Amino acid sequence: MNIDIEKAEKIIKKHAAEKGALIPLLQDMQTEYGYIRADAVKLIAEKLDIPSVEIYEVITFYAQFRTEPPGKHTIKVCQGTACHVMGGKQILNYILTTLKVKENGTTTDGLFSPERVACLGCCGMAPAIMIDNDFYGNCTIQKVDEILDGYRKKTG
Amino acid sequence: MKNRILVCAGTSGLSAGAGEVIEIFKSELKRLNLRGKFNLVKTGDRGLFRDVLVDIITDGKRVTYEHVKPADVKKITESHLVKNTPAAALTAGKSYEEFFANQTRVVLKNCGEIDPENIDEYIGTGGFEALKKAIPLPPEKIIDEIKKSGLRGRGGAGFSTGLKWEFCHKEKSGVKYMVCNADEGDPGAFMDRSILEGDPQSVIEGMIIAGYAIGANEGYIYCRAEYPLAIERLNKALKQAEERGFLGNNILKSDFSFKLSIKKGAGAFVCGEETALLASIEGKRGTPKPRPPFPAQKGLWGKPTVINNVETLANIPHIINNGADWFSAIGSAESKGTKVFALAGKVRNTGLVEIPMGTTIKNLIYGPGGGLKSKRSKLKAVQIGGPSGGCLPETLLSTPIDYKALAKTGAIMGSGGFIVMDEKTCMVDIAKFFLGFTVAESCGKCVPCRIGLKRMYEVLDKITKGRGETRDLDFLKEMCETIKSTALCGLGNTAPNPVLTTLKYFRREYEEHINNRVCDANTCVELVKFEVIEEKCVKCGKCSTSCPVGAIEWEKGRTAEINKEKCIKCMACFAACDFKAIK
Ligand SMILES: Cc1cc2nc3c(=O)[nH]c(=O)nc-3n(C[C@H](O)[C@H](O)[C@H](O)COP(=O)(O)O)c2cc1C
Ligand code: SF4
Ligand code: SF4
Ligand code: FES
Ligand code: FES
Repeated sequence: MNIDIEKAEKIIKKHAAEKGALIPLLQDMQTEYGYIRADAVKLIAEKLDIPSVEIYEVITFYAQFRTEPPGKHTIKVCQGTACHVMGGKQILNYILTTLKVKENGTTTDGLFSPERVACLGCCGMAPAIMIDNDFYGNCTIQKVDEILDGYRKKTG
Repeated sequence: MKNRILVCAGTSGLSAGAGEVIEIFKSELKRLNLRGKFNLVKTGDRGLFRDVLVDIITDGKRVTYEHVKPADVKKITESHLVKNTPAAALTAGKSYEEFFANQTRVVLKNCGEIDPENIDEYIGTGGFEALKKAIPLPPEKIIDEIKKSGLRGRGGAGFSTGLKWEFCHKEKSGVKYMVCNADEGDPGAFMDRSILEGDPQSVIEGMIIAGYAIGANEGYIYCRAEYPLAIERLNKALKQAEERGFLGNNILKSDFSFKLSIKKGAGAFVCGEETALLASIEGKRGTPKPRPPFPAQKGLWGKPTVINNVETLANIPHIINNGADWFSAIGSAESKGTKVFALAGKVRNTGLVEIPMGTTIKNLIYGPGGGLKSKRSKLKAVQIGGPSGGCLPETLLSTPIDYKALAKTGAIMGSGGFIVMDEKTCMVDIAKFFLGFTVAESCGKCVPCRIGLKRMYEVLDKITKGRGETRDLDFLKEMCETIKSTALCGLGNTAPNPVLTTLKYFRREYEEHINNRVCDANTCVELVKFEVIEEKCVKCGKCSTSCPVGAIEWEKGRTAEINKEKCIKCMACFAACDFKAIK
């Protein structure tokens, strides 16, 4: 699959004149395509006349950027201090065990991509997870099972 | 004034369902034909975690409802709005009052009170009066006032804000920049986010005044990308401020012009460090640079730049409005003003608390915090300052929260992380947790931070897995001292603090792990046996139902038994058992 060149070019054009354009540009690309595609990097390199390696330097430095397509649902498991103290590590471990997947990986059915985040800002409801844009607080192993089942049913 | 209905709708309010609650209030007001009598206001979060909070203010009288579910709204409108009797079953209880009493709200004053997306509400509380007062004054006068107030940076380092402005003001340069640090990296602090979501104009006003004082015509707000709502509200606020002539060319008809834009971070803790932050704004990898030169001399694109934290800036309009003397009367002899803390962990009331500096740690926990969550548990430690801070034991609870007193204990004021821990938290594990964080976030530019912290992490990991040796503790101590004095930036310099303080105050716990292979808190899984203690088990079977993989055999009247082959060490049964019968 090729990227929709017109859209990509439009994003590049939007930021071209901006000072320090590279990061906002990559952010928009990721919003558009879900991840940073290699052909998009090539295009940016051409249009902005900077070497690809410099773009990859930036992509690999920041945790936000991914170079693989994400699963259907992103599970952000909070590993902030409050969540850690309230058992967040066990929640993360359990999610990885039960989904048989590694951190930042995607389940074989393409449904879930779990990743860790530092504080979702709702420490009063620790331990917390966020699936796509929905937040779930006071998590327990059982609650996680129910939540995941809900998503499986919705898509399955 | 019209009567008001306030619905708490910041990130935490919305995640608890505030959006739906607002919609139902809307249709209820329509149904009851009360739209002309009530203003329905979508506010930022007030700071207390009580799901959705709703305030109804009629003729100046306020009633607060907590844990409001969409299904409750009709009950409230029927009884309160129609019959004028508050729905008593849903009103906030004693702990709500307990939480807000003993706070001194300055920067959080508007959070939960006004609609952050409507500039008129901010103006209605006296917003932009400080700017009007400041613009006719010479910049030196403003800087003097801020210096006199004693305000110090709230982002971590605690440098005098007035002095920082003065350095930059004195630099001769046609172009200067004002930057707001909204990267909020401490993984347990969220006051900056709440201020931006609940009262964005106060930060913008602070920035314009700062820009005027230092002589900058351009500014950036560098905000974490993980804060989409804060960014959205900031964007709206910027637009409205421009429309009203508070931003842009010839502000308030003066010859001062100031342009402000937002830069989104991309997920790197080190970018909270000021030189790294500037590199990131420039579109590069966010690696720190040695200082000097300081940003005040050579900052963004090589130009003199001031970087201030969100909370610092939110204080500025209040100081200009009320005067330096008013501000310096709050707080302790050495630390002025208030500080916001994110109270969390094993404490009863969790949320954002703003207290005068100098309040003791104890009064924070037992005042607004309402003491420990569970009566049965015992306070073990308080972690202040996040990955750069330290764990303080119960014996230091009387320490006042001010820069000097905290530094003496080995912790730091930090940006406001405040986590209460009980006997179920393992101190070795906490040290490892923070180090794991800093190892992952080290930018890798300098050796002590990149390799030293990693080595320390490995040793801590070894100890938590029961393979520690006595000499490891000396090694850790030595590494801490070396890294503290040789790392390039604040990330590395302060990363040893969690280890140093736990070693200092909880050495016995390290020794237990090393000598007896025991983790009293049952946190270090490798040291846990996963066995039921027969004498303690009351045969209730709760553990068995909690196990997600059916590894616990139990039937009525029988002691539970864990099948270690099946067990995935998830710890669910430990949480389920009320009798501490599993080891
Ligand atoms: C690793 C590291 C992370 C930091 N993170 C933040 C942050 O998230 N927010 C912040 O305001 N300051 C942070 N700081 C402190 C800033 O470098 C800087 O001192 C501060 O923004 C200055 O503003 P202030 O004087 O108003 O506090 C961090 C420092 C270091 C070394
Ligand atoms: S929950 Fe505790 S007391 Fe109850 S059966 Fe299990 S081990 Fe025994
Ligand atoms: S630790 Fe988890 S898997 Fe093991 S017995 Fe307890 S509940 Fe079951
Ligand atoms: S630590 Fe998890 S929400 Fe803050
Ligand atoms: S890489 Fe930041 S202190 Fe070493």
